[in-house]
Amino acid sequence: MAAASAAPAPRGGPTPLFGAYGIVKRFGAFTANDGVDLEIRAGEIHALLGENGAGKSTLMKILYGLLEPTEGVVTHQGDIVRLANPEAARALGIGMVFQHFSLCENLTVAENIALVMPAALTGRALAERIARLGADYGLHLDPARPVWSLSAGERQRIEIVRCLLQNPKLVILDEPTSVLTPGEAEALFAVLERLRDEGRALLYISHRLDEVRRLCTRATILRGGRVVGTCDPRAESARSLAAMMVGTGVSEVRPKSVGGSRGERLVLDRLTLPAPGLHGTPLRDIALRVAGGEILGIAGIAGNGQAELFDALSGESRAPAAGAVRFDGRAAGHLGINARRRLGAAFVPEERNGHAAVPPMNLSENALLSRHATAPLTRFGLLRLGAARALARRVVDAFDVRGAGPDPAAGTLSGGNLQKFVVGREILAEPGILVINQPTWGVDAAAAARIRQAVLDLAGRGSAVVVISQDLDELFEIADSIAVLHAGALSRPVPTGATSRAALGLLMGGVGEPETQTGEPPAAPAIRTAAPVL
Amino acid sequence: MSLDIVSLDIVQMVLVTVLTAATPLILAGIGELVVERSGVLNLGVEGMMVLGAAAGFAVATQTGSTGLGALGGAGAGLLLAALFGVLTVGLAANQVASGLALTILGLGLSGLVGAGYVGMKRDPAPHLHLPGLTDLPGIGRLLFGHDAFVYAALLLVVGVWWFLWRTRAGLILRAVGDDHTATHALGLKVRKVRFLAVLFGGACAGLAGAYLSLAYTPFWAPAMTAGRGWIALALVVFASWQPLRVAAGALLFGGATVLQLHAQAAGLGLPGQLLSALPYLATILALVLLSLGRRRGGSLAPAALGRVFAPSR
Repeated sequence: MAAASAAPAPRGGPTPLFGAYGIVKRFGAFTANDGVDLEIRAGEIHALLGENGAGKSTLMKILYGLLEPTEGVVTHQGDIVRLANPEAARALGIGMVFQHFSLCENLTVAENIALVMPAALTGRALAERIARLGADYGLHLDPARPVWSLSAGERQRIEIVRCLLQNPKLVILDEPTSVLTPGEAEALFAVLERLRDEGRALLYISHRLDEVRRLCTRATILRGGRVVGTCDPRAESARSLAAMMVGTGVSEVRPKSVGGSRGERLVLDRLTLPAPGLHGTPLRDIALRVAGGEILGIAGIAGNGQAELFDALSGESRAPAAGAVRFDGRAAGHLGINARRRLGAAFVPEERNGHAAVPPMNLSENALLSRHATAPLTRFGLLRLGAARALARRVVDAFDVRGAGPDPAAGTLSGGNLQKFVVGREILAEPGILVINQPTWGVDAAAAARIRQAVLDLAGRGSAVVVISQDLDELFEIADSIAVLHAGALSRPVPTGATSRAALGLLMGGVGEPETQTGEPPAAPAIRTAAPVL
Repeated sequence: MSLDIVSLDIVQMVLVTVLTAATPLILAGIGELVVERSGVLNLGVEGMMVLGAAAGFAVATQTGSTGLGALGGAGAGLLLAALFGVLTVGLAANQVASGLALTILGLGLSGLVGAGYVGMKRDPAPHLHLPGLTDLPGIGRLLFGHDAFVYAALLLVVGVWWFLWRTRAGLILRAVGDDHTATHALGLKVRKVRFLAVLFGGACAGLAGAYLSLAYTPFWAPAMTAGRGWIALALVVFASWQPLRVAAGALLFGGATVLQLHAQAAGLGLPGQLLSALPYLATILALVLLSLGRRRGGSLAPAALGRVFAPSR
């Protein structure tokens, strides 16, 4: 990583803090980056935009020394540097906040941080540094807590603190808000703006275009491994940015056709469940009714009972009374998942890898896993592999799932493509009731639009749909009414047109419904059960 | 044997026997613990141990030095482990299959190495003798009268505990065993750490074998480890990957072994097979109870245990 000969001339302007020129990275026959140029200046938040598979992650890994480019150079203040490993990158002042946090679950916060600190900094001295930095930036952490006991937001704080303790000149953030609640995201933005004002450079990777337009002053847009443009995101609209990313205009989702309302199809009646484990959330007296043709959005901050509510709907956890869960009028609370599927319900859990799909298995095998209950995929207990492959093929064609080969392993698909497959697998069953948890988490704009459209179309055909999502934009886009889950209790659903982001935000934070509100507030108190005292 | 005169010296004699029976399990178990803490499951402990016994005896007989014999045993275990490491860490081969193959290979190789030494006898490894201290009644022999292997095993327990929880290298080893993807993303050398851990485990298993053929029963006989490698493996699991518990489990196992021998000699009227099974049952029961006591939300086992790692680069 020693400085070598003179660097290529920067394209105008002062010497950038870090530059990457002509980066090519090939994996076998596949070219992930094809002649990418990127310049990052001190004191700017630079956005890196692109769909899943556009080459953003590859470029980031090259800048952090995790991958070496096949061709091209990286420069630091005009000198060519070789980033042979992350240690070399860290020595140059490059820090990284990973999307899928690189934390060891069974180690404590302090141990995870100590992993990349100089050997001398351990024990009490390190704990003091963590506390001081936490107080300074508002990133509070308990150094002795094991990581498995922490929420996604707290885990990200570890990543950021670990990065900042090394006093970086460049901080790379990969989809930093994808697991955060709006409030947590605001706190993160404040930290990022402060880092920028301190003269550090930030490389910000996100799918969320409104965030990019708010934070960033320059953006580099990747498509198919090439740079297709640089711009000032503040001068662009979210729509024009998305068009550059995808290459064609992104169609807004069409509103669903009205019709096919078939009365109440999904009913939860005073469902109360104890917390499933030490770190779970109990469900408190949950009631909801979803009619055919209706999409109910459930907002809320992660860890407020979303997973538990999903499990109660899908049958992964059974209700104490059979009548507490009713599908099309039939009591289903005591039924397991497959029995509920046979009643015409379908479920898409939050986690793609390991919950919705088994990564090492082929798509056809994954199709079998959830559809064997409702589709003729077995005969006398033997698998009909041909029928399974045909079903997988139909999903792939209908939802434009792109992967290598005719029947690839689920784990080899990009996040967006696997999510399209998982959603498509359930929607092609034409379920009368669909429950879907975080439908577009970590999915690029084009795939997200496709998934949302499919959900809308399904509701248009008369199905009752429950969408659990942390993405308020998504809920405002597709839901007919929105309820908020907080500490295991569900607020009364409000028609989407009659609520606002601010009102939902208050409910998500556990603050009761404000009395004065624009629109038409519901007459009854919004929260059925008071926020529990923890 | 009459039990009505229980003098301090008889207690001491029994405890000394217990400690010597536990020593090979401690040595091999602690070595395997380090390997598994790094996320690698090496089922070849028995094979490395028996090769260490054969090679240790052969080197000691050729050179006339017990110390060189011990080194030879450890070296033989290390070489066999290196083969395992190349396969599983370097080439990402299946760890279970490779480990089982390693045991079979070790048994076969040990027969080859030890072929010329069957029936030979050596003097056992010398025991410590501190005038005055070793002759103390009741505790002298227990504290100051063992051979170097026993003291090495006890030092190893403390040393590995200190290494794992008090040093940065130990922290990195535990991190690699917990999540190799995350530690690789941080730029830590996953495969190097694992390979070194595998080598260390092999050397420990080889040393445990050399202890058997040089000190415990100072001769070489084919398959003389008699399943102790498997017991060491089980100890590591039931000890929840904690070094001090491995030592405690090994001592318990040694104690139960000695106890059942005495019980068989005393003729209690219980079937001998049942008594022979007692050490296994007692050890498993005690360690299971121990690991039940403190169940938390995290995982007790190294989370990446047995999963192969192949970085993309």
